[in-house]
Amino acid sequence: MNKLELTGLTARPSQVWGGIRLVPLVRETPVEGLRLHREVYGGLGAGAVEVGPRTHYTSYIPHGFVADWSGEGAESAAYGTQFGAEDGAPARTVRLPRHRHHRLAKRRPGDRLRFLPLHLALEGYLALHFGGPSTAWEEWSRQALRDGLSPRAEDAYLGWSVRGLGDALRAFEIHPGQCGVMVYAADALAAAFAVPHPDDYRLLHPTLVEDLYGELVHQYAWFGAPVPEFGARIADGPHLRTLDALRAAAREQERAWSDAHGTLFARDLLDGSYGFDQVYRMGEFTLWRFLPPFVRDGGGQHIGETITDHKGRVAYLKTFRLSDAQVRRGHLLQRLAGADWRLPDAARALGTSEEELRRRIRSAGFEALLRHR
Amino acid sequence: MTTAATETFADLVAAEDVLLFVNAAITATGQREFRSEAYRQRLSLGFLHEYVRVNYRRVYAASLALDINDHNAVRVVRGLLEHAGEASPVQKRTEGQLIAARLAKLPPQRVYRLFRELRAAKVNNRRTRAITRDWLAARPDAAHDAVKYRAGLKTAVRHAHLPLDGELGTFLFRPGTLPRYEHRLLDAWRRAHYEQGAVGELPFTVAEGFAARHGMGREAFVERMAPRMTRLERLRTQGQRAAGADGLPAGVDLTVMPLTRLALYVLSLDREARVRHRAELTGALRAAARRAAGPHAGSWGRVAAVLDDSYSSSGSGEKRRRPLAVALACHFLLEALAAPGAYTPLWTTGTRDPLLVRPWGPTPLGTRIIDALEHGPERLVIVSDGWDNAPPGLAGEVLRVWRTRLDRDRRTAVVHVNPVYDADGFDVRRLSAGVPTAGIRDAEDLPALVEIARFSEGRTGPAELYAYLDRQVARFTTDDEAGGVR
Repeated sequence: MNKLELTGLTARPSQVWGGIRLVPLVRETPVEGLRLHREVYGGLGAGAVEVGPRTHYTSYIPHGFVADWSGEGAESAAYGTQFGAEDGAPARTVRLPRHRHHRLAKRRPGDRLRFLPLHLALEGYLALHFGGPSTAWEEWSRQALRDGLSPRAEDAYLGWSVRGLGDALRAFEIHPGQCGVMVYAADALAAAFAVPHPDDYRLLHPTLVEDLYGELVHQYAWFGAPVPEFGARIADGPHLRTLDALRAAAREQERAWSDAHGTLFARDLLDGSYGFDQVYRMGEFTLWRFLPPFVRDGGGQHIGETITDHKGRVAYLKTFRLSDAQVRRGHLLQRLAGADWRLPDAARALGTSEEELRRRIRSAGFEALLRHR
Repeated sequence: MTTAATETFADLVAAEDVLLFVNAAITATGQREFRSEAYRQRLSLGFLHEYVRVNYRRVYAASLALDINDHNAVRVVRGLLEHAGEASPVQKRTEGQLIAARLAKLPPQRVYRLFRELRAAKVNNRRTRAITRDWLAARPDAAHDAVKYRAGLKTAVRHAHLPLDGELGTFLFRPGTLPRYEHRLLDAWRRAHYEQGAVGELPFTVAEGFAARHGMGREAFVERMAPRMTRLERLRTQGQRAAGADGLPAGVDLTVMPLTRLALYVLSLDREARVRHRAELTGALRAAARRAAGPHAGSWGRVAAVLDDSYSSSGSGEKRRRPLAVALACHFLLEALAAPGAYTPLWTTGTRDPLLVRPWGPTPLGTRIIDALEHGPERLVIVSDGWDNAPPGLAGEVLRVWRTRLDRDRRTAVVHVNPVYDADGFDVRRLSAGVPTAGIRDAEDLPALVEIARFSEGRTGPAELYAYLDRQVARFTTDDEAGGVR
């Protein structure tokens, strides 16, 4: 498995607000046997996660998702913290849990899994070759050999601070059967989001504004001009004599947009090959997180997490677009690791000199790795 | 166009500006809309008022005779009075008649607010004083106004230097000096300060303040005040009354309510209540629609309507569900206007039950218009905010192709009415250049609006538009004189 398989999700006409374009993704039939709920955390979103022994992940974590594959949540999507309530008993006053999370994905009683959306993917990116040099070559500093890349930090912007995103999501008209959305800033894919069931989507639609977005998205939204609507055009032809012909021409417009979206807009995301990393297996569904190949061809590179069914079709998807600097860092780390952390080999693989490679390491923010001479 | 030889380009532009302003003055209220903030609406509307007042003063005044909304009527009156120097004596006379006729139709609280604004803007010319004097003289009960609009009346009287005879002057300007008042209401107000029993004799809004001061229980108070409330107050406090909390308002005859107001009320009920009272609500809506249709009932032939109940018809926190209410009211009105059994409604969500309609989903106007045209109607009415988004622009294309290729001899009259003012475009949003668009605030005005809308199609010239305006002005001012002082 190295590609995202978005079968079952069809793109419908986009809705534009200033520089933000939202493309609804619609499922004919909801995915059977999987529902997503949201649980909200207190403490203004300040969250710390225990990822491993003496390893912590800290970020803005306003909510988590709960995947439920028991098949019981089919009739209604519950507001996260209600699941303790008995049948028929009045719902308790909701008290927001404010605890340190243990692991990014954690099994809950019953067939449920709590995971922290987007943070799962981001942690995967941050943990890339987190251990540092595997062999103690003399170029690497003692700190690098002892602690690896720790502490490793990346920047992201909250959805509220992405210009126009809040208004775009508010004024967006959700389609019947909509299970996902693709967010574009200045017509660059900023995020993709898909869930198994339309009811889940209606509840989770506003959470997009509390998600994290890369620096590039923030800049594009801030500086980008309003993007045009792709208005329908019906060509005057000799065949256009009846209402049926007119209806067919109108249908053709919708189909043309759906095709154009897949090949033109979302190509970066759908055509890329990814390294998938299995996080959890639940019944016939599997939770993965994925990293892009970190090739520097100018296209967008997305990290993300997904839940797929046994045929590899996407039931849940959430992506984050890396900024150029983040792609560069990923690329550099992969090449260094690929050369077994030997500077001369890595320089040769990158087609550059050792001195230049040192400069690149320093400018990528990994100066502490190198031993001062 | 027959008179094309005598019409210059400037005339056409002028006619376009006039229609633009009329559309804006009918729909815009300076409140938040689904897609724009209140301050943008006010900014845009403010510019439009100034532009039309400076360039087309005659039309600006004449707009008072059309069905523009109260907010804009007050603004127009204020603009005319503030800039009186720009008008000629003849113009001033017509303006005076129009202003007097319009003020008589406005709710009193709006007029008192206008007087307050005039005072704040230091507008105190002779004409303003005369208008204030005449309007106050025509009020049925000065004492009632003195109690209910105490501050407003005080400001107006002080600003226009009006002498107040008898105890009214004492009541307003030297309260507490008389041991008792002759007038029943004035005395009730005096006693209400210390006697709970007197609170019940006052108008509801005034009594509310006293009730809070005396610490009276809200529920019992509202129950007791019910007979003294206005119709809208009774509807508004419906949820606070114990007796009719889950039913329909007890003391209100729904069938006499104006159509759009009734539609707004129906939409404010939840689904269960609407299902439970389906018969009463539908009956009331039908009755209101028949009354609004009046002599036109059944005269429109085969009618199809495309009605927008997409998510954006939920309006905003300030104009809750207004676009949807207009669509719902139009549905019943068109049902009354069409020949019996020859009416086809098409909602954008595809619902077949108009009473349970709710704002939801995208706006596939294009496909719905094709569906409507398949019924071969004589008239097609589209009620929508003009944001066609599934896919965008399809409605305009469908209408263009229909006009230019499929229906060249215009057997179908298409009209688009739009309840939402687009602040960025200084007009209501259009679907297509070939289809007339008119702003709409109350569905009851639909027949009149369809008449205005045909001017925007470009097939009738500016001369006819001005003739139409003059006719409206003449009707408006003479109606009022014939009707006498209210």
